Amino acid sequence: MLIEKRELLDQAGISRALKRIAHEIVERNAAVGEVVLVGIRTAGVPLAERLAAFIADAGEVEAKVGAIDITLYRDDVFEGLPKPEVGTTTLPGNAAAGKTIILVDDVLYTGRTIRAALDALMDFGRPRAVQLAVLVDRGHRELPIQPDYVGLKVETTRQQSVKVILDGRDRAVLREKP
Amino acid sequence: MKHLLGIEGLSVAEITKILDLADTFAEINTRPIKKVPTLRGKTVINLFLEASTRTRTSFEIAAKRLSADAVNISGSTSSTTKGETLLDTAKNLQAMAPDVIVLRHSSSGAPHFIAKHVDAAVINAGDGTHEHPTQALLDAATIRKHKGKVAGLTVAIVGDIAHSRVARSDILALTKLGAHVRVAGPRTMLPVGIEEMGATVFERVEPAVEGADVVMMLRIQLERLGGAGLFPNTREYSRYFGLGPRLAATLKPDAIVMHPGPINRGVELDPAVADGARSVILDQVAYGVAVRMALLYLCGGGASSAAAEA
Repeated sequence: MLIEKRELLDQAGISRALKRIAHEIVERNAAVGEVVLVGIRTAGVPLAERLAAFIADAGEVEAKVGAIDITLYRDDVFEGLPKPEVGTTTLPGNAAAGKTIILVDDVLYTGRTIRAALDALMDFGRPRAVQLAVLVDRGHRELPIQPDYVGLKVETTRQQSVKVILDGRDRAVLREKP
Repeated sequence: MKHLLGIEGLSVAEITKILDLADTFAEINTRPIKKVPTLRGKTVINLFLEASTRTRTSFEIAAKRLSADAVNISGSTSSTTKGETLLDTAKNLQAMAPDVIVLRHSSSGAPHFIAKHVDAAVINAGDGTHEHPTQALLDAATIRKHKGKVAGLTVAIVGDIAHSRVARSDILALTKLGAHVRVAGPRTMLPVGIEEMGATVFERVEPAVEGADVVMMLRIQLERLGGAGLFPNTREYSRYFGLGPRLAATLKPDAIVMHPGPINRGVELDPAVADGARSVILDQVAYGVAVRMALLYLCGGGASSAAAEA
């Protein structure tokens, strides 16, 4: 069992971080006029929805929301037990071709999830551009993948884990073995 | 789940899991690129020692959409025509290290037999008059899609119940999921003891389909009758047990009509009904691919799925 070591972000902190990311997205994509925020199941989906609301508040950029399930694209699908649950993928118009896609996830760690998400996305067509937004970047990349928008960058060890909890009392916590 | 040999060994939770997974895989079949890399490097052998178009094609497409390599062997081109036994065929195929063997065979129990002798996962694609589990699962998925549920529905299965593995698997699956199943057919085609499977028996078709939510018509399995005269002729069968426009007009307004195929048009099913608004026959075929993708995903996991069994 993992125990909570310290709180990285509280409710206000998460909200501030998402607002800042929303502004950065608007700044960088204002000329495009339209982006699709695609949350990676499961934790990325509510974050994508919140980012879309902040972007809508700022005006200028129209943000649609989608969700992507990466289970069938994982490189370890037959290594873990039991077999992973497969979720649904929903993209606006069921297509990625020609769009600016912003992948949204809660924690960026090895980068393998993002690799799988990129592969899944490409099966929906050739996007105009893909960017990556994460709430927490905890380091330890195993693939050459870097985020475009980061809420919080934090030093961790491999034995620790970072958990983002969005249950009304939102927080991001660093956990480790006792 | 290592093998899928029949509906008989499945729990309600397992059936529901397969149906839920099939709904998810159905979405992949609507994409512009209808392929995911999940089973890359896995080999699926479709060993069909009995005639089939739908099921074999469906399994082949399902395997390919999951990126597995599919190899098809049919009865007429296999060494069984040279006198090789099923066990020898299975052992030789096993030597080529496939991950899944999909077997259709005219003998009941053939998949159970080879499952004991190979390391690959075995999926039953129809064994004699015993079971056709993937057909029952795709039927349940189609019913659930159109009716929103299976529990509490009344399903009438009409035709040659005795020789139909589809009927047996459907009765098992649908009663497990809480449907009321009625069966109707000529007395010579109703097996003794079918009530013990949980079905209500009717000797006439009219009361069997009255008030039913789903009417499933079956083909007369002439290839299994062995020349025995179980009914006088197809014209008379059609008149007493076929579903034509007149009988269809007595169905519940929202009743759906199903058929596992191949249809003998004008015998058990009138073309006006087969192609009519109630017919969901082609939806069944579409769902077949998604259901078989779900099963290949669950069974095709190589070492780890075998470990899960142990």
